[in-house]
Amino acid sequence: MVTDGVGASIKRKEDRRFLLGKGNYTDDITLPNQAYAVFVRSMYAHAKITAIDTAAAKAAPGVIGVLTGEDVAADGLGGLPCGWLVKNKDGSNMVEPPHPALAHGKVRHVGDPVVMVIATSRAAAHAAAGLVDVSYDALPAVGLLADAVKPGAPVVWDEAAGNICYDWHIGDPATTDAGFAKAAHVVELDLTNSRVAPNAMEPRAANGHYDAANDHYTLYTTSQNPHLIRLLMAAFTLHVPEHKLRIVAPDVGGGFGSKIFHYAEELLTVWASRKVGRPVKWTSDRSEAFHSDAHGRDHISHAALALDASGKFLGLRVKTLANMGAYLSTFASAVPTYLYATLLSGPYDFPAIYAEVKAIFTNTVAVDAYRGAGRPEATYLLERLVDKAARDLKIDPIELRRKNLIRTDQFPYQTQVALQYDIGDYQSTLDLALAANDHAGYGKRKAASAANGKLRGWGMSTYIEACGIAPSALAGALGARAGLYEAGTVRVHPTGSVTVFTGTHSHGQGHETTFAQLVAEKLGVSTDNVEIVHGDTDRISFGMGTYGSRSAAVGGSAIVKALDKVIDKGKKIAAHLLEASVGDIEFKDGTYRVAGTDRVKAFGEIAFAAYVPHNYPIDTVEPGLEEQAYYDPKNFTFPGGTHLVEVEIDPDTGVVEVVDVTISDDVGVIINPMIVDGQAHGGLAQGIGQALYEEVRYDAEGQLTNGSFMDYCMPRAADLPNFKVGNHVTACTHNPIGVKGVGEVGAIGVPPAVINAVLDALAPLGVHDISMPATPEKVWRAIQAAKSTKTNQTKRGA
Amino acid sequence: MATITLKVNRQAHTLECASTTLLVDALREQLRLTGTHVGCDTSQCGACTVHVNGASIKSCTMLALEADGAEITTIEGLAQGGELHPMQAAFKEHHGLQCGFCTPGMIMSATDLCRRTPDPSEHEVRHWLEGNLCRCTGYHNIVKSVRAGAAGMRGGK
Repeated sequence: MVTDGVGASIKRKEDRRFLLGKGNYTDDITLPNQAYAVFVRSMYAHAKITAIDTAAAKAAPGVIGVLTGEDVAADGLGGLPCGWLVKNKDGSNMVEPPHPALAHGKVRHVGDPVVMVIATSRAAAHAAAGLVDVSYDALPAVGLLADAVKPGAPVVWDEAAGNICYDWHIGDPATTDAGFAKAAHVVELDLTNSRVAPNAMEPRAANGHYDAANDHYTLYTTSQNPHLIRLLMAAFTLHVPEHKLRIVAPDVGGGFGSKIFHYAEELLTVWASRKVGRPVKWTSDRSEAFHSDAHGRDHISHAALALDASGKFLGLRVKTLANMGAYLSTFASAVPTYLYATLLSGPYDFPAIYAEVKAIFTNTVAVDAYRGAGRPEATYLLERLVDKAARDLKIDPIELRRKNLIRTDQFPYQTQVALQYDIGDYQSTLDLALAANDHAGYGKRKAASAANGKLRGWGMSTYIEACGIAPSALAGALGARAGLYEAGTVRVHPTGSVTVFTGTHSHGQGHETTFAQLVAEKLGVSTDNVEIVHGDTDRISFGMGTYGSRSAAVGGSAIVKALDKVIDKGKKIAAHLLEASVGDIEFKDGTYRVAGTDRVKAFGEIAFAAYVPHNYPIDTVEPGLEEQAYYDPKNFTFPGGTHLVEVEIDPDTGVVEVVDVTISDDVGVIINPMIVDGQAHGGLAQGIGQALYEEVRYDAEGQLTNGSFMDYCMPRAADLPNFKVGNHVTACTHNPIGVKGVGEVGAIGVPPAVINAVLDALAPLGVHDISMPATPEKVWRAIQAAKSTKTNQTKRGA
Repeated sequence: MATITLKVNRQAHTLECASTTLLVDALREQLRLTGTHVGCDTSQCGACTVHVNGASIKSCTMLALEADGAEITTIEGLAQGGELHPMQAAFKEHHGLQCGFCTPGMIMSATDLCRRTPDPSEHEVRHWLEGNLCRCTGYHNIVKSVRAGAAGMRGGK
């Protein structure tokens, strides 16, 4: 029996190459005769391009090509497509403006690529890029979401009046109105969800190679979904058939959503390679990344919660403005609709919900999916609102949540916003978190903090998310332009070792280990004898990639389905060899057995027989042992849980220190506890980062004012505590593994818990609201403002 | 262009470098030692950390010409005889890496910490690593790994 199957915290198979410095990231790949590209990008947020003078750049040493938007248009390259069509309330389509790979006529955000300079070295390309002279006529620009909806705001696209991309809604306004009409209390809240940068540590890169002799294109790229990139390039942008186009996403240094999307540089390096006759590599600088990678979040919302006298929820109303940036990125339109508003019921039993979402264009880089994608925004809104209700109505925030959490006997639970949750146990995750946090001892800890001159605060959130994206038919009905199944191929070799080909992509998640554990569990083969292949469209038949915590739930399920086919074929071979009927053969722990007897064949013997079919049921069973499966999920999966945070605030400086983070998640069946904990840690760091440190700042005119690691506050080791991570498992009811997904839970659950803790600490001072990130300056100012309000009130009173 | 000689991972090299070439580019582009990574352009992320004459430095902050005559160790030179260095082994044991991109810099920085402070506290580890950014792990398991790696180095393993 194997010891490295599902549930074992085995060490990662992929670690050795990374630890030895032998990882193979896109920028590590240098091809023979390699050329290098650098982009000249707009410094204007909105401008007409009046002239582009490339003569000096073309004459510079080492330069072999200078390409502009006119060249892109002349060669008929397609614009970058949006993958999800959202309909307006009136049934009409969203506004879908063009997105040329190089700006043509106008630039619409700082960082919009205008000219591509290709040279024999990176230094030569950089030097020549400085010689390109682009003349602009500046146009009025709008850099902030709040400004873009004001009357008379600068218009990003002529076809989008009022800068509205779409005006969409979900839920039932009439039942929601009825809920509010009978409410004993209505609690309202205005809040923003701050704009953040994903900042995977590996900057994006692309290396395109056109092989003229074979009329074949290869692209090495930092992608979470190479097949999706191939699909979009074949069908929309490069216009070459899939069999002439190979996309390789080798080792990728983190993605967090930002490497899902089809970016201009992917198309342009491949196209430029055809034009200059050499492979062309581009690697983003970090500052360039801030200006060209899709950002995340950036919502402004108004929410209202109706409660009866006992605190039971009667209805929820939400109005949200979502920033799209200047262009619609690949999944941008789906994030504030189907990944956000559909989650507004959270883990609660809501009889009525109505949400309206307007997506708005601004002169900023695109906003698209970032770790959690919509679900953190929904959770932040709901959990801030519920906490406000508890505070306003003087109800214990734990008890208010308990009263409204969906009970275990209510599953499957149909929400008022389209989703049906299959299973969950929210009371148990809450109980576990409270116990692990030693909530009973909180009073003592608060007193100890006070003795040190610190304000201690305690905050919580109970959350749910939808993962395992997605049932294709449902996604299609909601406007998705792709299926969202996954493919897996299991190749058993003659000696019984196994290679698995998966359409998902691992960029830190550890699939090379966890997927091998699935094989070990099913076939009884040690993980040492299993190799997982991902990230190459020439090696893997198809796939949709990794995002939305879909890899195990959808990709893993495809592999399990293929493994079942392998086992079934093996039964036929075993039946022949053991001279029994197929129905009498059982398979367990790597052994085929005639049920109830000691007549057995090891899995390895069956594999060998399949490839050396001397004694074989050749009339009915083909030789070989390789099976493929496509798995289309029946539903989303619904992880959930409770996150608890304690902070200490220095009232003199406003510095917030996170002193305790205790979480209890239900992520379904756990394949590798060590890896699952690690995924939770990473999500928590990004969630705490958003709550306290990080924010992308544009000014009103669309200039990005903190586009580097000098200016954008990434969480560092000393900024974060150790995390107490616990799990309570309810198995997903509709996939063969029972997994739900863990990659995003931290980023979803923890931001409101942090802010609720900050507000809990500051409430006695009279501070009732604070926005993310709760920086020392913001906290200090809030304290001072509350003090002066109190002083004024006292004066007036006197 | 100027000629420099330096020892990298115990092997002598002679390189032709421009006056503007950064050490990290000489390592990555000329010596093809691509384990040393570039994650930013403002010397903040630490993915390019190597040892120069035994001390950790960010190789994006040093010109290649400044390294003339120096002894340099990169992540590729840490393991010897096919065995992981104790710090590398500790990162594997405690899941101190996910995507692996910051890992070489983390390990080169951590080994220098442990040379200076053989038994660092959690507080010391967290503050020492403030020049190394990781986006995957939340640092929780990196801190655990560094302290375990320190124990391994003390044990001479």
